[in-house]
Amino acid sequence: MPTKPIQRDHAPILKIENLAISYETRYGDVEAVRQVSFEIGRATTFGLVGESGCGKSTVAFGIVDFLGSNGKITNGSIKFQGRELVGASQKELNLIRGDQIAMVYQDPMQALNPSLTLGDQLNEVLTIHRGISEAEAWKKSVAMLERVYMPDAANVMNRYPHQISGGQQQRVVIAMALLTNPALLIMDEPTTALDVTVEAVVLDLIEDLKRDFDTAIVYITHDLGVVARVCNEVGVMYAGEMVESGSVGSIFENPKHPYTQGLMRCVPKLGATKEDSRLYPIRGRVPAPKDRPKGACIFAPRCDYAKDRCYIELPLVKQIAPSHNVRCFFADEINPSDWKPSEGLVPELSAATDPSGFGAGEEQQKSILQIIDLRTYYAQESKSALSLIGLGKKRYVKAVDGISLEVPGGKTLGIVGESGCGKSTLAKTIVGLESPTEGKAEFLGFDISVPVSRRDQKLIRELQMVFQNPDSTMNPSFTVGHQIGRPLQRFKTVPSNQVRAEVMRLLNAVRLDGSYFDRLPRQLSGGEKQRVGIARAFASRPEMVLCDEPVSALDVSVQAAVLNLLLEIQHEYNTTMVFIAHDLSVVRFFSDFVAVMYLGHIVEFGPAEAIYAPPYHPYTEALLSAVPIPDPRAEQKHIRLEGTVPSALNPPSGCPFHTRCPRRTLLEDGGRICETETPPWRYNTDELGYSHRIFCHIPLEVSRKMDPVVTIV
Amino acid sequence: MAVADQNARLISRPPLLKRIWGSLSVLFASKIAVVGLVLVLFWVLVAIFAPLLTPYTPTEQDYKAQNSPPSAAHILGTDDLGRDLWSRLIYGARVVLVMLPINENFWLPIGTAIWGVLLSLIAGSTLGLIGGYLGGWRDETVMRLLDAMMAFPVILLYMIIIAAVGASATNVVLAIAIVGTPGIARLVRSLTLDIRTRDYVRAAEVRGENPFYIMFFEILPNARGPIIIDAMLRVGYAIFAMGTLGFLGLGLPPPSPDWGSMVAAGRRYILAGSPWAALWPSLAIASLVVGLNLLADGLREESTRYQ
Repeated sequence: MPTKPIQRDHAPILKIENLAISYETRYGDVEAVRQVSFEIGRATTFGLVGESGCGKSTVAFGIVDFLGSNGKITNGSIKFQGRELVGASQKELNLIRGDQIAMVYQDPMQALNPSLTLGDQLNEVLTIHRGISEAEAWKKSVAMLERVYMPDAANVMNRYPHQISGGQQQRVVIAMALLTNPALLIMDEPTTALDVTVEAVVLDLIEDLKRDFDTAIVYITHDLGVVARVCNEVGVMYAGEMVESGSVGSIFENPKHPYTQGLMRCVPKLGATKEDSRLYPIRGRVPAPKDRPKGACIFAPRCDYAKDRCYIELPLVKQIAPSHNVRCFFADEINPSDWKPSEGLVPELSAATDPSGFGAGEEQQKSILQIIDLRTYYAQESKSALSLIGLGKKRYVKAVDGISLEVPGGKTLGIVGESGCGKSTLAKTIVGLESPTEGKAEFLGFDISVPVSRRDQKLIRELQMVFQNPDSTMNPSFTVGHQIGRPLQRFKTVPSNQVRAEVMRLLNAVRLDGSYFDRLPRQLSGGEKQRVGIARAFASRPEMVLCDEPVSALDVSVQAAVLNLLLEIQHEYNTTMVFIAHDLSVVRFFSDFVAVMYLGHIVEFGPAEAIYAPPYHPYTEALLSAVPIPDPRAEQKHIRLEGTVPSALNPPSGCPFHTRCPRRTLLEDGGRICETETPPWRYNTDELGYSHRIFCHIPLEVSRKMDPVVTIV
Repeated sequence: MAVADQNARLISRPPLLKRIWGSLSVLFASKIAVVGLVLVLFWVLVAIFAPLLTPYTPTEQDYKAQNSPPSAAHILGTDDLGRDLWSRLIYGARVVLVMLPINENFWLPIGTAIWGVLLSLIAGSTLGLIGGYLGGWRDETVMRLLDAMMAFPVILLYMIIIAAVGASATNVVLAIAIVGTPGIARLVRSLTLDIRTRDYVRAAEVRGENPFYIMFFEILPNARGPIIIDAMLRVGYAIFAMGTLGFLGLGLPPPSPDWGSMVAAGRRYILAGSPWAALWPSLAIASLVVGLNLLADGLREESTRYQ
């Protein structure tokens, strides 16, 4: 590692003052960012957090003047190492960009050129900015790849971007950014597109690099957990303004601005459950840039503390503690612990929820969905000439490979796992969009191993689904009323003359008023579309609803509102739910039972609280230690998975997890048995009679002795 | 949220006129589209009001003025049989744009070219939806057959069809429909392949909707943008094809005022010093086709600009 003389001067690397950025649009100039000031010193990570549309990325792009043809900096100054960047010529900026200021983007696949080898792309940075020879550049690039823990670095240089995994791609992008040893690194949601275990490794890497390279980092993210893990300082953005900034500790322990407090209340803490805690969404929504109040507090319309003064005067940023600034008149007076949710903000789940959770009677315990050894394979033709005429050898992608589970009526089963683990295929198989290759599946005593086209109407209406992507969940051509009304007509839930009234009732149930009946989807926000999607799924009054990542594309405050809504509706209709998600805190909060999936298998199944405490399956343990927790005091065990998820075309023999398992060493002769033999189900039955089972060779006596993954100091 | 006052707050959908204006404003945002619209509207209007715009019928012969240049009596001149060119031109536009003669006494509204494109839209969309949505062997069968059709040069296909079924307005419609179908089917299929992956299609499948409902109600309306633009271009090609067929003598039977056959008849007198009979119909075809192309291009540009 090259050590360079460290000048510990106190001059900040980047100092932004009073920055304002506008975009030209059809409606005239729109101010996307205004009055933003902050500074970053050496070896510091400054987190910019906020919901989408709050101007985080605009600030970052403003620093390097990548605002596109219609964006411009209208006010303020950006000083980089004492040099003014606002008004600098493109030529000057070109010398700085990629050399002293580097950027890492969200999607590594788009940041890398698919038609050049990784080596060529890495070399280019050095040959252009440093003017050194190809051979020397190659050597340095390999060294840098090794520095970012790229396995087999020399070989990776000759590969193309699609030949390595997403996490490795992001590592290459980070290596590329660090090649010139930049003074400032701008990272725009670098881990958002990655799975949680991969994310954890990349975050560790960022942490190491900051220390070793003495780089200042601007880290943009919407995830408070990630901020708590990697940042030293935080700036909270809301609607183009920085409403609060300070050190991570002070912001998380003592948030002063009502928006920051609201954000913290929106996210479920890891371990929180729907029985013992509530999520409090922030009412209203982020105003569009052209609708933002001028000369007033920008958050006032959504603020619970707003007073008359907030609507007529723009609060100035004031310092309330050393390095803790807030843009609020009443920051000193607000005490977060006195806060009470305003009326109608959270669902009122009356006493019917049994506080003990699982002590319910016989009736409740009866499973309404039973799946036994279900397999769903996708056939893939081999590339031989024979397959052209249908004689080639077929290979199978084992998306779901032998799953057994049962869901009791009225309860929620959460399914977690990383991308490619088969959780979506399982859901599709249950609703009948895919046919299982083998196995039994019964729902209310009906066989559901047939596709939806061969199911009875009565069965179809009992099994509905809520989808992930709010932008595609609604048909853009039809009004909200029509789309909610369609299942009502189709299943004849109500007589045809009452369809309109029933749609109105459903709209009210999802907290939308009657004016939405005639709106088209493009007039709705993401959260509203998701609500309509929920209303549509519940229109036929189904017995069971499958939710495929219903909140993962939403901002946290909207996510909280949608989760509350789902809870409330489930409570009202006593619906059974299957809730698929990759966010462990959300699943823990929402579910009664959790199934952890890996490579087409369920590796652990049981009541939610049993999953999050020892004994763990090694994979669950790794997941829990990887999830970013929005609390800087939380301490997690450091478990990182090696390698990548094996292909489902050719899954490993024995235990599917044996290629990456960090706990194999607990078994004798290093877990040889894991490679050859399918693990047994270890039953950890608790006193309430609900079975918690783990798919692992490690005996329960050993895994019970493990420490919990997360401890709050 | 209070239920009681919901009706008071019921905001109804904007009125029809306003919505039409809304979609037209996109059109006016593009200069290209406006130029195209002016050209197309010109021909549509003269075609509709043809009887009011000329004292002559298209078949009326003036034996005293054959191959005459433009004059006060005949503003665009006359052809070799002494027929008024302006009158033949605008009656020719009628056949193309506003009426489809089935036989001597009966005609349908909307012109030959447009009928042809409409029929190919219906056939092409259906085949494209079947191929794209149902997939598998149905897709293979449909698309390979259409590929086979596309392997023929378009002009050859037109000639084969007309030569086989005879020259008449209805048969020209048929020929345009058949020749246009594969292209539209390909377009609709590719749009379908994209749209079928959307969650609302999945939601319809989970409701157990039948495939035809999904194809025509969930998918097709969301493919309409590109289809409309493609159809406009195709009307242009169809007019072009009608001109070509007329020129080759396979268009509408004489003495109908057909632009293509007018060029064919007039070209013999160009060197004799009387280019008018060939010039005006050529210009008519060119301006209308260019107009439609500009309109379609302008619309496409505007509708994709703010996405």
